[in-house]
Amino acid sequence: MSFRRVTLLCGHYGSGKTNIAVNLALKLREEEKKVAVADLDIVNPYFRTKDSGEEFAHAGIRLISSAFANTNLDLPAMPQDLYAITDDRSLHVIVDVGGDDRGALALGRLAPALLEENDYEMLLVINRFRPLSRDAQSTIEIKEEIEAACGIPFTGIVNNSNLGAETTADVVRSSVAYGKEVAALTGLPLRYTTVEAALYPELKDEIPDLLPLHLQKKIIDQ
Amino acid sequence: MSEKVLMKGNEAIAEAAIVAGCRHYFGYPITPQTEIAAYMAKKMPKIGGTFLQAESEIAAINMVYGVSSAGLRVMTSSSSPGVSLKGEGLSYLAGADLPALIVNVQRGGPGLGGIQPSQSDYFQATRGGGHGDYHMIVLAPSSVQEMAELTVKGFELADKYRMTAMILADGTMGQMMEPVALDDLKVNPMPEKPWATTGTGMKRKHNIVNSLFLKPEELEKTNFERYERYAKIQATEARAEEYRMEDAEICIAAFGIAARVSKNAVDEARKMGIKAGLIRPITLWPFPNEVFRKAADHVKAFISVELSMGQMIEDVRLASECRVPVTLCNRAGGMIPTPEQVLDAIVAAAKGGH
Repeated sequence: MSFRRVTLLCGHYGSGKTNIAVNLALKLREEEKKVAVADLDIVNPYFRTKDSGEEFAHAGIRLISSAFANTNLDLPAMPQDLYAITDDRSLHVIVDVGGDDRGALALGRLAPALLEENDYEMLLVINRFRPLSRDAQSTIEIKEEIEAACGIPFTGIVNNSNLGAETTADVVRSSVAYGKEVAALTGLPLRYTTVEAALYPELKDEIPDLLPLHLQKKIIDQ
Repeated sequence: MSEKVLMKGNEAIAEAAIVAGCRHYFGYPITPQTEIAAYMAKKMPKIGGTFLQAESEIAAINMVYGVSSAGLRVMTSSSSPGVSLKGEGLSYLAGADLPALIVNVQRGGPGLGGIQPSQSDYFQATRGGGHGDYHMIVLAPSSVQEMAELTVKGFELADKYRMTAMILADGTMGQMMEPVALDDLKVNPMPEKPWATTGTGMKRKHNIVNSLFLKPEELEKTNFERYERYAKIQATEARAEEYRMEDAEICIAAFGIAARVSKNAVDEARKMGIKAGLIRPITLWPFPNEVFRKAADHVKAFISVELSMGQMIEDVRLASECRVPVTLCNRAGGMIPTPEQVLDAIVAAAKGGH
């Protein structure tokens, strides 16, 4: 896999950014020595990258996240070492940005430095089974709102279409056209189509740039 | 079959409210229910509805009072501390016999507490929440699909009985994502509301919506009449799901997220040869007394599994007339019992005294 120095993950809330951030970080660590994950989600403190803190520590990945009030207080607090993302250019970073345009607002502070360095990738995470991004047009509305909020243009798309526990190979197949349409309408490359690791063997020869995900978060069975 | 969508519980409530014909939403942000307001903010302007972020929870509930008086379907949502603020308005809505849907996605308390899931507003919800003699219909979903279904049901029951209905969820139910079949939602037509303040058209006497009765005889009369209506609701609207109860000797009582955890524990107990079952109240008020009363004929013990210091346990004791022991298995403050903890409680109950 090829990584820019900074990978920004943005999208509609609930599109799966955090899960992809965790998975990408573990992949990136296989290729680079100094890897960090930055949790910039100031919108929804319920599930966040920091929940995978132990796994990161084990893998030798630095976690840049707010230490304020046990991290899950519903006050928007930025990490104290936020600027390591742009100041320490020996670091490879995956940035998990909060949902929608409100979440992307926090990223705006880093925009000048990221654009000046120009070694970033900003990925739009999309899921056609989410109620407010059922089609390409409504997905593009979300994309444009995010770009307007953070001042950074997207560079690629991650089709993360899934139905949670009810995701089958056919569910993933049925989203391929949607992913292509969003890519065509935005002129952005479709960087990955994601799939739960268990479904990967069935689909790997069928869907290009298929990224197997190991799900990190499962609160409860059934 | 229609295609499902992947929704958060909070989004399912918001979308189902729109499907049910609600075009007026008043709220104030608080974790863990803010997605309801966010969803309404995005959707309502597109369908000619009103989304209004009020200056406070108290303002929001009084806006609900106004819209309901005009005979329209209306909703507000909050989480525990915010619902406390709405208490006065809930009482006024009850005193004026106004239908509305209130959503409480509970978090740990008391006070400002924390943002993690809790069920510790059970007393507040089932006993009224504000001052005076009154009840709300209280519905307790335990899946994202049910968040949607009970939202529709809540509007319908509220209109049918001219009273407030509450969705009593918790932070887990609000935040978790599951596939939902929105096309499966059935909505009945809204009943006529001849009492609404919609203008007389110079054809009838004007309607007054008010909760002020200065003559005690009149106030007493309205209270007695209201409680006759409550008795009818208690007799006809109580609902519960029974799981593996046919031959159960140990019966778990749990609602919402606690019921999902408990189901796993019941299955594990069955594998160990313990005859365990679950009663999951879907309506917390009216409480499904009859189901528990009948279960008390054949079970040896009840275990109330709650995300609180033990609130529903009182209703389980009342419903089962204390004929068998009722114990508590709980976590509080934002913690959730594990299936192992519930299983341990089942094993202990199975050993106890037999």
